[in-house]
Amino acid sequence: MSEATATVDKVSREEAKIVRPPLVLNQRTMGWISNYISSIIEGKTPFWWYAAMAVTVPLSLMCFGMLAYLISTGVGVWGNNHPVGWAWDITNFVFWIGIGHAGTLISAILFLTRQKWRTSINRAAEAMTLFAVVCAGIYPALHVGRVWMAWYLAPVPNSNAIWQNFRSPLLWDVFAVSTYFTVSILFWYTGLIPDLATIRDRCTTKIKKFIYGVLALGWRGGNRQWRHYEKAYLILAGISTPLVLSVHSIVSFDFATSVIPGWHTTIFPPYFVAGAIFGGFAMVLTIMIPACAIYKPLHDLVTHSHVDKMCKIILLTGSIVGYAYLMELFIAWYGANPYEKAAFWYRAFGPYWWAYWAMMFCNVVAPQFFWFKYFRNNWIWVWVLVQFPNMGMWLERFVIIATTLARDFMTSAWGMFHPTIVDWCTFIGTFGLFTTLFLLFIRFLPMICMFEVKAVLPEADPHYGEARH
Amino acid sequence: MEYAGNPESEIHGIAAEFQNARELYHAAEKLRDEGFEHWDVFSPFPIHGMDEAMGMKRSILGKLVFFGGLVGFLLAVAMQFGTSSFLYPLIVAGKPTNLFTVPAFFPIIFELTILLSAFTAVFGMLLMNGLPRFNHPLFNWERFKKVTEDKFFVAIEASDPKFSPQPLKALLESLGGTNVTVIHGD
Repeated sequence: MSEATATVDKVSREEAKIVRPPLVLNQRTMGWISNYISSIIEGKTPFWWYAAMAVTVPLSLMCFGMLAYLISTGVGVWGNNHPVGWAWDITNFVFWIGIGHAGTLISAILFLTRQKWRTSINRAAEAMTLFAVVCAGIYPALHVGRVWMAWYLAPVPNSNAIWQNFRSPLLWDVFAVSTYFTVSILFWYTGLIPDLATIRDRCTTKIKKFIYGVLALGWRGGNRQWRHYEKAYLILAGISTPLVLSVHSIVSFDFATSVIPGWHTTIFPPYFVAGAIFGGFAMVLTIMIPACAIYKPLHDLVTHSHVDKMCKIILLTGSIVGYAYLMELFIAWYGANPYEKAAFWYRAFGPYWWAYWAMMFCNVVAPQFFWFKYFRNNWIWVWVLVQFPNMGMWLERFVIIATTLARDFMTSAWGMFHPTIVDWCTFIGTFGLFTTLFLLFIRFLPMICMFEVKAVLPEADPHYGEARH
Repeated sequence: MEYAGNPESEIHGIAAEFQNARELYHAAEKLRDEGFEHWDVFSPFPIHGMDEAMGMKRSILGKLVFFGGLVGFLLAVAMQFGTSSFLYPLIVAGKPTNLFTVPAFFPIIFELTILLSAFTAVFGMLLMNGLPRFNHPLFNWERFKKVTEDKFFVAIEASDPKFSPQPLKALLESLGGTNVTVIHGD
């Protein structure tokens, strides 16, 4: 009996090789996956972690210091001024929120489309979403000026019994971003529950056992639990998909529903969403490649095929973004609106020409290298090349916001934006905050979704090794 | 027979260990056909097709979420039309405050529908799973800790009408189960 089973096992393994390359390399077992991923959390804190934290923690403290200075002094400490009333705050907000979108895309859209390769990257990407949204949230919350008045945005009447203007895109934004953050946390935590149970069951010290035990909520992995769990996960994926598309569309409405030339275009929602996915995947690769370089056995889980696929998505979305840039220019010319035409002329040849052409290079030209397998397979090249989308997507938002406002309808309302040192330090600080949160995540939570990776192993199939019909 | 937990306290059930998803799947099919009621199979990951093997219907969570989403939708409609059209109509930027305002109200209606659906999905799932809870008799069994790693288990609860330890031990072993253990409470 057992010999027969072994032969059949071997046959199905051979069969699997023909059908599709395995998602997990080196025939790793379920036990190995738990052991290795958990060992990252259970082991001694490595030196590089402290070294990295020594850089990122002061940077995040700098961010908080700058925000405290801003609150205590006023928004005047930023460079925003007439006519560029929205500047780095909104640029950075859109930049960070866009980065978050790749995480939701990986966890939701790729789940719905049954892309099983997502299992080994979705946890880290979702964590990245959360931390990016935290960084993003800082800006709209603080740019209101008097932060203690921020409750005006909540649906509560003010002292004159006047309610919020629900027809304003800025209020849509509040609802969209806060819903997005909440749903992202729920999605991420739901995915974590079975893995927290794994950590709980392996804990040796009482304190750890208590903490992970509480966090795992008493999960036992019975099928009576799994069936509701899987349903909940499917539903969350199903509702996160339109959510993520709506969030960046609504962010683009902040611009598109205004009457400013260069902003008032219908192309904005799809173009913003494509850009968000483009920039977000670049950020996923930016953090996953170093993580895999540090934890070498992760190469069996995050394989060349994963990076290859992500590069292709960057190439695709980068090309969509490039198409949108060209289409904007075409419509500016074809639409025969002199203000629209002027707005785009100033983008390309006005005072911020350098930002425009740098953006064009970073977002349209640089990703084209990913047509070549050589660049997609060489992780050092990949890491270098994805820095261009990272920069380019920031520049895109800067170009859209600052150059448009700097050249208003009337020459009397023209002006330049000059970032102050506070602008710079806050922005650099948010990178520190983002990285600090990510380092904490790597140290204390499983960065690969263990149970999902186990479920894509061939032996997870209940008919594994049985004759096919 | 082996036991786990405090032997003085009540019996929670009887459990057996299995080595892989295939064995567990076939054991579940047998137990379903035997007509057991209060039992469950435990695995490190959800097993495709296990619901049918256990003879269970679809989770009703999807229906609950529909109502959760509906509440979110109605809440947003009431909040926006209620305040902007009835409590304090105020024309801003030339936008109307009557029923024709739907396009401007649409984004928040959408977002709140999503938000309440997500809350229902997550909290409904936890509620139906009897979570969160601090402890469970199964945790008294040392081997059961491997359920979150790479082992598979079947547990038949003492509340099942057909429960009786000795014949069940024989049954579970005939299905390929090992380390059959009686689980007691604390």
